[in-house]
Amino acid sequence: MARVVFLREADEEAGLLPVVRQLLQERAEIVCESHGQERTLAPVAKVEAKKKGLSDERLRDFLREMLLIRRFEEMVEERFRAGELPGFLHVAIGQEAVAVGVCAALEEDDVIASTHRAHGHTLARGTSPNAVMAELYGKLEGCSHGYGGSMHLYDIERGNLGANAVVGGGLPAITGAALAFKFRKEPRVALAFFGDGATNIGTFHESLNLAQLWTVPAVFVLENNWWAESTPNSQHSPITDFTQRAVAYGMHSIKVGGQEVEPVYDAASEAIDHARRGDGPVLLVVDTYRLVGHYVGDPQVYRPKGELQELRETQDPITKLRERLGVTDEEFEQLDAEVTREVEESVEFAKNGTDPQPEDALKNIYA
Amino acid sequence: MPELTYREAVRDTLATAMRQDSDVFLMGEDIAEMGGSMGVTHGLVDEFGPERVRNTPISEMAIVGAGIGAAMQGMRPVVEIMYEDFLTLSTEQIVNQAAKHRYMSGGQLKVPLTIRTQGGAGWSPGAQHAQQLEAWFVHIPGLKVIFPSTPTDVRGMLWSAIYDDNPVIVFEHRLLYPVKEDVPEKLEPIPFGEARVVREGEDVTVVATGPMVHRSLEAAAEAEKNGVSVEVIDPRSLQPLDDKTIVTSVKKTNRAVVTHEAVTRMGFGAEVASVIQYQAFDWLDAPIERVGAKFAPLAFAPVMEQFLIPGPEDVLEGIYRTVGRNGD
Repeated sequence: MARVVFLREADEEAGLLPVVRQLLQERAEIVCESHGQERTLAPVAKVEAKKKGLSDERLRDFLREMLLIRRFEEMVEERFRAGELPGFLHVAIGQEAVAVGVCAALEEDDVIASTHRAHGHTLARGTSPNAVMAELYGKLEGCSHGYGGSMHLYDIERGNLGANAVVGGGLPAITGAALAFKFRKEPRVALAFFGDGATNIGTFHESLNLAQLWTVPAVFVLENNWWAESTPNSQHSPITDFTQRAVAYGMHSIKVGGQEVEPVYDAASEAIDHARRGDGPVLLVVDTYRLVGHYVGDPQVYRPKGELQELRETQDPITKLRERLGVTDEEFEQLDAEVTREVEESVEFAKNGTDPQPEDALKNIYA
Repeated sequence: MPELTYREAVRDTLATAMRQDSDVFLMGEDIAEMGGSMGVTHGLVDEFGPERVRNTPISEMAIVGAGIGAAMQGMRPVVEIMYEDFLTLSTEQIVNQAAKHRYMSGGQLKVPLTIRTQGGAGWSPGAQHAQQLEAWFVHIPGLKVIFPSTPTDVRGMLWSAIYDDNPVIVFEHRLLYPVKEDVPEKLEPIPFGEARVVREGEDVTVVATGPMVHRSLEAAAEAEKNGVSVEVIDPRSLQPLDDKTIVTSVKKTNRAVVTHEAVTRMGFGAEVASVIQYQAFDWLDAPIERVGAKFAPLAFAPVMEQFLIPGPEDVLEGIYRTVGRNGD
């Protein structure tokens, strides 16, 4: 029997309770001090040991990174509306704590696959704003050299196997990459980001089933923002707790709230460690909020009136972290000015980048 | 010179590659103890173990997709799709993922994945176990597609597929598996993009793939009796395609028949006919003939199936039509 102590109600809100429930194979006694009562819950443990207190310094780095992603995406929206960016775009405003918390828990040699909403993951994985912005402008200096665009950001040097414009498209390859690591006995982890909409496509089920069957070191990060484009959870899934999907494969799962970066980091660390030490893949469900439309310019006619405003006021991960750290207005403004400058410089870099020659379109088709 | 069946030739290449290279491994449905539905991988699990000869769930998307992921990490997976009809299930992974990762990444990635599959009519499997779908995949930039017709060719070309840094789809044909042939003592890689002149002739060029190579040889022997000399060319690799060998032959014979077992309309042969038309128009003495399956799903009843798919007699008719039209 393991004993887990919840010190703050916030921990529960952050989604740690379900995490605890799933961790242990045996029933455990849990004391919830904030409620002043004892409850018995099914399975547990490890969380207490795993839960690392992050230093304020590290959290301030997270804040900077999250703010950089926010300002980057706001800039991208603006430049898109100004007609400077070709194609179309999906931003992940509201989901920055997921990208930053998860990527911070990865090691350098690990690999990721991303989605059509990829700017945050890519920046958090270490690709420079210059390289991402240049890609959005279709320049050779872009992280995919102008061949990919917003939905196909790659950076192999940093273990980014690519954003995928097909929902669920990148999951099988993550199972396969993890299989390669297992074959070669390399202590590496392959991690896929995807949304709740992707849990209804075949690749999700086939990839998780195979990953668990072969106990490969993969982590499947479900960014549950409750919308599959414009279709709400209630219309696309018969469940609201997506950890239930893992049950079908006998896969370990962890659920965590996605608006606070620290619990996200902790949960991701736990999932990644689990996979890395050979205990098999993990489904990490991160409940989060998309504080914008599906695509830039989406009028969001499908969204209940007032929902967005309320979420922005109560669920902004940057505000939450700022409050957690007690960052003063002055400090924040200084930080904001720094990252905004960095983003503005990335736009300059991108605009001054090299256009591909039209004939370059015939390169890179075959190795 | 050892004599190998087509089936043994495939197995020989897989085993040879796995013996010398730990990056090569196999995944597919029923490929381990059962040896695959066609017995091609029979015995390999005994030599290489279940880690390298991996039975998979019935999950074509994950089979191909996991192959892509392992390939991106520098391994050389060979995945088997039991029937090419089931390629339809993995087409998203083949077309959107395997074929495009290199391109979309601006050249950062390689996907050295080999996808083996088989199909083909002639044994009444019905409409979902015998289609010939090569035309779907030759149309996709980023993929290579081969269709070897002999033990020697499949042995050497499968080797090239495994060691190609691009995704390659290897079409095998069910009726070819028992075909026997003396093969070189040592496995010789056969490069892609080099057609093989199977039979030399003067009057008509027949461009044939897979089983139609053998059916065309029968037709050619028959035509010979009537004084028509037929050259048979097997492109072997459909993408890349060796235009030159085909065009050179047609410039010599001035007539062409293009044949495959797949449905004629919109088939691979349409592209071959177009290549000939563009590059040898002034040399043509007759319209290019096309011989393939009639435009229908494959029927079950043997008489209907045989009616739909092309045989030697259909190729022969095609040959005679080109000769008959000569000088019209």
